[in-house]
Amino acid sequence: MDLLEFARGPALQWAAYILVAGSIWRIVGILLLKEKSDFSEPRKRAGLGSALKVVYTRSFTAPPFAKATMYPKMMAYVQHVGLFAVVFLFVPHIMFFKGFLGFEWPGLPNSVIYVFGVAAVVASLALLIRRVTSPVLRLISNFDDYFSGFVAILPIATGLLIPVRLGIRYEDLLAIHILSVVLFMIWLPFGKLGHVFLVFITRGTTGIAFERRGAKT
Amino acid sequence: MTTVDGRHKLDREAERLAYKPPEVRHDKQGDMDSNERIDKAMWNFLKNFNTQTASYLDGCLHCGMCADACHFHVRTDDPQYTPIWKIELFKRTYKRNVGPFAFFYRLLGLKRKVTIEDLEEWQHLIYDSCTVCGRCSLVCPMGIDIAGLVSMARHGMFKAGLIPHELHEVAKRAAETGSPLGITPDKFEDRVDWMADEHDVEIPMDVDKADVLAVMSSIEIQKYPQSIAATAKILNAAGESWTFRTDGFEATNFGLLSGNPEWQKTASMKLIDAAVKIGAKTLVLPECGHAYMALRWMGANMYGKPLPFKVLHISEYLADALNTGKITVKKVDKSVTYHDPCQVSRRGGATQAARDVIRHLGVDFREMEYGGDYNWCCGGGGGVVTITRADPLRHRVFKLKMDQVESTEADELLSSCANCRQSFDDCQEHFGWDYTMGSLMEMVAENLEEGQS
Repeated sequence: MDLLEFARGPALQWAAYILVAGSIWRIVGILLLKEKSDFSEPRKRAGLGSALKVVYTRSFTAPPFAKATMYPKMMAYVQHVGLFAVVFLFVPHIMFFKGFLGFEWPGLPNSVIYVFGVAAVVASLALLIRRVTSPVLRLISNFDDYFSGFVAILPIATGLLIPVRLGIRYEDLLAIHILSVVLFMIWLPFGKLGHVFLVFITRGTTGIAFERRGAKT
Repeated sequence: MTTVDGRHKLDREAERLAYKPPEVRHDKQGDMDSNERIDKAMWNFLKNFNTQTASYLDGCLHCGMCADACHFHVRTDDPQYTPIWKIELFKRTYKRNVGPFAFFYRLLGLKRKVTIEDLEEWQHLIYDSCTVCGRCSLVCPMGIDIAGLVSMARHGMFKAGLIPHELHEVAKRAAETGSPLGITPDKFEDRVDWMADEHDVEIPMDVDKADVLAVMSSIEIQKYPQSIAATAKILNAAGESWTFRTDGFEATNFGLLSGNPEWQKTASMKLIDAAVKIGAKTLVLPECGHAYMALRWMGANMYGKPLPFKVLHISEYLADALNTGKITVKKVDKSVTYHDPCQVSRRGGATQAARDVIRHLGVDFREMEYGGDYNWCCGGGGGVVTITRADPLRHRVFKLKMDQVESTEADELLSSCANCRQSFDDCQEHFGWDYTMGSLMEMVAENLEEGQS
């Protein structure tokens, strides 16, 4: 078994198991905590709609904070949109997903995906620079912040290197790329990358609790 | 010629020329050993965990945006005042002890155990520099209610005997006497009688059956007693069957502010029992922010079932009475701006009520820039105004509020919280500021239509 076979085979398979099991463990560990009844008389009805509303509205910054948070917000948007485009709109990736989903969707030209990929890497580096230069972020950051940033940027960076080659065999570059994805999948449930699913719980529960009071969400 | 910074005293005992380091107070109550304090702090923080709070501690991205929403950080640029940092110890303990991956964190030593020195240092962050105003909760991209977590952290700090002495003393006095300022039922009755005479208004006291139970805050009773008369004038004008009660008159809840759920429950139950006893349909809370949070949104949970009466902040009562024509007011020819009490507006959901009242008063209303739900806190909420050692920081933070008020160029500044009013009065004196905070309710009472007052 060569490196590419290992990456495509057992590595990816076990990473998928860990991704699913770890995510379920983390989500269930949070959802199973006891909930106390709230007996206060609600000002407004609050339910799934309130949760979804805040899941959507917190994607945008409220006007009073727009100026102060403009830079990290913009960079985070570029990073997330870039990541989404690269993962889900790159034709070879769509073919990969079709392999186990059984259906496909239209992708974007490779040149466009390349631009998205470069933008995501640049935005990630910009956020890293902010993290190491801002006194606030330096104080509150821990290993997870830096490692998660590294793990998130690595698959894009290795993917961008494949067409460049740099004198390395295509098969080896592809194997390295897949292994970086494997690392991403293994780390996601355990670190802050888990915000991929936690964001729905945090925003949603706040939405329900505050909407119930009629308070600003 | 320059002068030496007078904040630091010359150390006359030192062998070389030296100035004493600034004194840092780490207050402690009780005689527990350090391990017991740590265990109590963490257990009492963790024991009320639910899905929401666990996801908050697990979901923080460490983006630091909350720093830009906090008045303490904005005015000082000191990173330690970043809101999410204020609960760092508790976040660490959650991940180390009860989070989904606690086993790995402990096994690999990824989260250091909290020490007594950590907790002592955090006392300043949990109490002196957080008013639980919740402005940070509105900027968080994950929607984390950081203010709610600080309140939970206070539960731990209180049980560990690690809260500022001033706040502890005030809360203890409230638990022992029923009032943080030591106002006994007899004294309350005296003040009510005095106000009834002074303002020539009928004030029912200890009526057996009434539809409305009105309560006051000690700050009003002691510092702004005219609020008692204003409340009476309004409720009389509305034709309510109402009463004050000597067995349930104190609205403030220092159990909530200090972080002691038992004292919080005792204070809430006094009001609930009094309202139930007289068969009240409505309990009207005074101009007090945290009293609204304590009874409107937490009272039923202390009671263990839905309350058999409605709970209204006085601004909500006024809005309803004016909107339905129960009372009418004369137009007031003034420009007015309004300071929103955080626990009533941003966190309580009653932002519109005060604006309805102001509309009926017909004033030239000048909303502050980003007023309402995004309002800057006065800096004295969450019990901070009682903590004397926090005064310099609180005064520094108040500058934001001064700028916000001054930019409206309004004739009058109003609010609907006696605690904010106290904080404004203190800062007015400190800065020699022109603006004096007035009461929205008192403006209504002073301008009731002829025949109503």
